[in-house]
Amino acid sequence: MSEIDMEVSIGGVLMKNPVMPASGTFAEEAAQIFDLNVLGALVTKSVTRYPRMGNIGPRIAETTAGMINAVGIQSKGSQSMLNTSIPFYQQYNSPLIISISADTADEFIDLAQELSVPGVAALEINISCPNLEDDGRSYAMDPAQTFRVVDYIKKKTKIPLFAKLTPNTNAITEVAIAAEAAGADAVVVANTMLSMAIDVESRKPKIGNIMGGLSGPCIKPIILRMVYQVYKKVGIPIIGCGGICSAEDAIEYMMAGASAVQVGTYNFVNPIGMVDIIQGMKEHAIRHKISSLNDIVGSVCVIGPEDIDEVATY
Amino acid sequence: MKLLQSTVLFNIEASSRYKHMAIYAPEVIDECIAGQFFYLKCSNHISPLLRRPMSIYKIVKEKDEVHFLYLIKGEGTKSLSQMQAGEKLDIFGPLGNGFILKKEWKNLLIIARGVGLATMAPLIDLATKQGKTTYAILSARSKEDILSANYMKECGAQVILVTDEDGNSDMVYVRKLIESMIDSKSIDALFTCGSKRLTNLLKNISLQYKIPGQVALEENMGCGLGMCFCCVKPFQRAGKIINLRVCSEGPIFQLEEVMEI
Repeated sequence: MSEIDMEVSIGGVLMKNPVMPASGTFAEEAAQIFDLNVLGALVTKSVTRYPRMGNIGPRIAETTAGMINAVGIQSKGSQSMLNTSIPFYQQYNSPLIISISADTADEFIDLAQELSVPGVAALEINISCPNLEDDGRSYAMDPAQTFRVVDYIKKKTKIPLFAKLTPNTNAITEVAIAAEAAGADAVVVANTMLSMAIDVESRKPKIGNIMGGLSGPCIKPIILRMVYQVYKKVGIPIIGCGGICSAEDAIEYMMAGASAVQVGTYNFVNPIGMVDIIQGMKEHAIRHKISSLNDIVGSVCVIGPEDIDEVATY
Repeated sequence: MKLLQSTVLFNIEASSRYKHMAIYAPEVIDECIAGQFFYLKCSNHISPLLRRPMSIYKIVKEKDEVHFLYLIKGEGTKSLSQMQAGEKLDIFGPLGNGFILKKEWKNLLIIARGVGLATMAPLIDLATKQGKTTYAILSARSKEDILSANYMKECGAQVILVTDEDGNSDMVYVRKLIESMIDSKSIDALFTCGSKRLTNLLKNISLQYKIPGQVALEENMGCGLGMCFCCVKPFQRAGKIINLRVCSEGPIFQLEEVMEI
C-alpha cells in the first residue's frame, strides 16, 4: 500500500492526498467522528468579515439524487475564525484552507489580509456569492468581474488563492482563464447550481429563500464536463467539486482534469465518506498499477477531434 | 455519538400510519438521553439521499435496545418502513441535547401532539425513574394515533387524551385543561413537542405563570452535527433574535426563547 504516491501539490500547497471537504459541509465537529489528519486539506465554511445571520428557513430540501440549500452564509465573522477555528485546526497536520466570502472587492482584501496568518495554507475565494458592485450577480458568472476581483486580492496578498467558480454561467472556461490570468493559484470547479423545488401540497417553495443551490450526485455529470472543458484551457490546478460520492467519482474527476477533489453533500450521507473515498482511491491505484495519482490527471482517453467538446450537436 | 451498523430487531405496524422499530445498539445505549435523536440512513439507494433525524422513543438499557415510533410520511420513512428484522440499519447518534430535568422539580406537565408523542415517552420514563410525577395531555387527530398512551401510563404518567374526532383538542379547551392542572397539581415545568399551535400556547402559559418549559423541535437537516447550518431556526434571547441549529444547539430548546410561528 505504502508505495502508492497519493500526494498532490495544489498552488503551492502540499497535500498528502487529493481529498478535501467542500466548503460548508465541514467544521470542527468532524473531529468527533474521524481523525482529520487523514484529509488532504481542511476547508472551512465561508467566513465573512462580520457576523451574519444567514437566510430564513427552511434552508435545505432534498431532491432526486441531490439537495438544495440556501444557508446564506451564516457566519460568526473573521474574529471567531482567528480566535477559535484556526487554533483548533493547528493540532492537525493537514493544510488549512479558509473559504472567504464578501460583497465587495475591498471587503475581500480586508478579509484576505486579516486571515493571512500562520496556520492558514491558502484562501478559497468564494466568488460564487452575490457581488454588490455588479447588481448582485456573482463575480464568477463573468470573466471580467472574476479577473477584477482576483487580480485586486492577488496584488495585496501573498497567500495562495483558490478561486471557487460557479456553474451558473455560460462561460465557465473564460471565467477560469480570467482567474488564472489574474493570478489565482488554483480554481475550484465548481459550486452548487441555482435551482428550486415546490411543495405541491402547500404550493410553497421548499426553500425559504425560494431558490437555492443544487448539489449531490445529480449534478456530477455537469460539473465533470466543466472540469474537462476548463482543463483544456488553463494550466493552474483544478479542484473538482460536484456530487462526488465514491472513490470512482473522485477518480473520474481526476481523469477529466482535476488535480484534487472536494466532497460536499456526501459528507451528510456518510459522515466518514471522505475516509472511505481516500481508501478507495488507493485501492484503485493498486488495482491499476498507478504509482502516483498525479499520473491520472486529465488521462481520459478521448477518441476523435481534440475539440469535440466544442461541437454543438449531441 | 457513533456511526455504526445496528441490527433491526423488529419493525412492526403500530397503526395504519405509524410503525414501531427497535434496534440493537449496545455501542451507544449508555449515551442515550431522552430528547436526543439518531440520524438514520433510511435507504442504500441514491434517492432518498439524505439521512432522516428520528427522535428516541424508548431506551431499554438492560436489553441494549433503542426504539423509534414514526409516521410513514415521505420517501425516507417509507423506505425505513420496509426494513425487516435482522437487517442492518446505518445509524449516527445519539445526536443533539436531551431534556434537562432539574432536581427540585417534582411535578411535570407534558403536552404533545401527533408525531411529537414519541419524543415525550422517554422523558416520562426518565422523570419517573427520578421520582417525579408526570401528567401528560396527549393530542391527536384520532384515538388510533395516540399510540404511546399505554407505554406512557406504564412509565408512570397520568394521561389525558384529547382528539380532533372527540372535538376536545382545540386551543381554548386545552388551555383550560392546562390551567386547571397548573392550579391543582403545582406544576414545576412544562414540556411539549409536535405542534406549533401547542408550542405557542404553552409558551404564553409559561410566561404568564412563570413556569419554565422546554420544547423539542424538528427541522430538515444536512450534517446533523452542527457543521452546515442547514437546520437553523430563529429564537429570541436577551431581546435579540438569534439563529440556532436544531441538530446541535437543540433539538430541545427553552420554551421562552421559541419564536411564535
